[in-house]
Amino acid sequence: MTSEAETARLLLQLRVADFISREARLLDDWRLEEWLALFTADACYVVPGTDDPQADPRRSLVLIDDDRERLGWRVKRLLSGHAHREFPWSRTRRLVSNVLVEEHSANRIRATAAFVVWRFRHRHADPFIGHADYELVEEDDGLRIASKRVMIDQESLAPNGAVSMIL
Amino acid sequence: MNLASLVVDDRARGVFRVHRATMTSEEILAAERERIFSQAWLYLGHESELAEPGAYRRRTVGGRPLVFVRGSDGVIRALHNTCPHRGAIVCRQDAGVAKTFQCFYHAWTFDNRGSLIGVPDEAAYAPGFDRAERSLAPVVGHESYRGFHFVCFDRNAEPLGDYLAGAREILDLVADQSLDGSMRVVKGEQRYSIRANWKLLAENSVDGYHAAPVHKTYLAYLQGTGALLPGTAVVAGRARALGNGHGVIEYRAPWGRPVAHWAPTFGEAAREEIEAIRAELRERHGAERAERIADWNRNMIIFPNLVVNDIMAVTIRTFSPVRAGEMDVTAWEIAPAEESGERLIRRLHSFLEFLGPGGFATPDDVEALDSCQIGFAADGVEWSDISRGMAREPRPDDELQMRSFWREWQARMTGTRRSDWSDRRPAA
Repeated sequence: MTSEAETARLLLQLRVADFISREARLLDDWRLEEWLALFTADACYVVPGTDDPQADPRRSLVLIDDDRERLGWRVKRLLSGHAHREFPWSRTRRLVSNVLVEEHSANRIRATAAFVVWRFRHRHADPFIGHADYELVEEDDGLRIASKRVMIDQESLAPNGAVSMIL
Repeated sequence: MNLASLVVDDRARGVFRVHRATMTSEEILAAERERIFSQAWLYLGHESELAEPGAYRRRTVGGRPLVFVRGSDGVIRALHNTCPHRGAIVCRQDAGVAKTFQCFYHAWTFDNRGSLIGVPDEAAYAPGFDRAERSLAPVVGHESYRGFHFVCFDRNAEPLGDYLAGAREILDLVADQSLDGSMRVVKGEQRYSIRANWKLLAENSVDGYHAAPVHKTYLAYLQGTGALLPGTAVVAGRARALGNGHGVIEYRAPWGRPVAHWAPTFGEAAREEIEAIRAELRERHGAERAERIADWNRNMIIFPNLVVNDIMAVTIRTFSPVRAGEMDVTAWEIAPAEESGERLIRRLHSFLEFLGPGGFATPDDVEALDSCQIGFAADGVEWSDISRGMAREPRPDDELQMRSFWREWQARMTGTRRSDWSDRRPAA
């Protein structure tokens, strides 16, 4: 018999996994404005360097440390047709797995998910492998991302060359 | 292969061409490893990365595994990272602090000065076993200039100071940004690769001509956030050959510079602080030099593979060939050591907005280089053209700084020496 608490935990788990899968689909479909709308007004989006996944972007050089405004510019840039590494857009497929809710309160959820992002371009297939930590908040019309921190497992961005699309 | 014929330098006609075999041939790369990467001074690291005794960084320089380490005696050394016994890598972590290094293969132990201090069952060796000659080997050439450490694998190399030539002055303009007199490499490094020949990044890093078309979205971002300063353009400045293949473009910054040039993206609160630093720089260096430090950008290539770009932040970038069509790149950020808190955050953001694999600009440079490398396979087009600005006083969006690189490249590859890297025409 599954206890009520266990059922609630699994339901939350499913809900978060569903949310993250939908987020992945928006990115694969290059529906970046809809993706951006998943973030809260005070959200942050961080990609640490491959040398130190735990790096604090306020003290260390990382790869990306965006607040909501800069994230908006990132999306605008990628949609402009002048972000040359992504025009034409690369083809990507995100496989998200091992979704775990680590902690939750009434309106805040901390979760983590592993990913493989395949990127195809110029006849190359370059995967990004890693995991992302999320802070999700409950808003009136559903979950929103308050923080997303993407940690890449590779020792170097080789052969990727850049994080030119959004991870 | 006739290496001399790969660069056409016709100053009378104002034509400069480079044969694309220089970008695609593994045979030429093998010659570069021998004549450039085994003979020129190569960047190793900055002294600030080794703050305490025993601090070390594992580095690969010119394809060779090294340990950059500060011994317990305070001395910074460059050691070959290979056991003198049978060859295994002795230091197997990227960074750390250690009193000793022990080879895991047969447990020979070395202190952090590289001296052999322990051999299991040493009695098995003949009498007179010399520990000193079995210590970690220092690189034959190792010198520093204002905190920047370089190595050279050729024991007959000229002193580093002579090699750096005019590049010293540009490094001074970086080092002097600290009011305390010490610069520090910010923690964290960006590692990436590019599917392109290593020399393309030397060219690209000092290329003012590509800024407008390639980095349109970065400029749009600056414009949109009010950070593009009025009345400035990359063309307002000059390009110079600095000697020995080094080159720089210097131009008035169209954007804010964290050291001492305020822009709206830094926030109103930062204005007073930045103005105070400007005033202090003027006090110390005089108006003209202070203005160069505060308001002018410099993109510099130090032959063959070190870039120090003092732009919206200061980056140190080094790169080395993996094969003819691929390179590894490592980039760092360097800042005045006294910067912390909000000041450091401003600088970090200013860096990330443009620079690095996740910036608004560098990914598009990576694409440009990839694209060139793909284009080199096109049959029937053998030469690239680097003639821009050859018949005028060179501007930062001209290509003198690249020609100076290639002139040195040609001299080293053909075993000749040069004394002039400029576009000056030979006397009639």
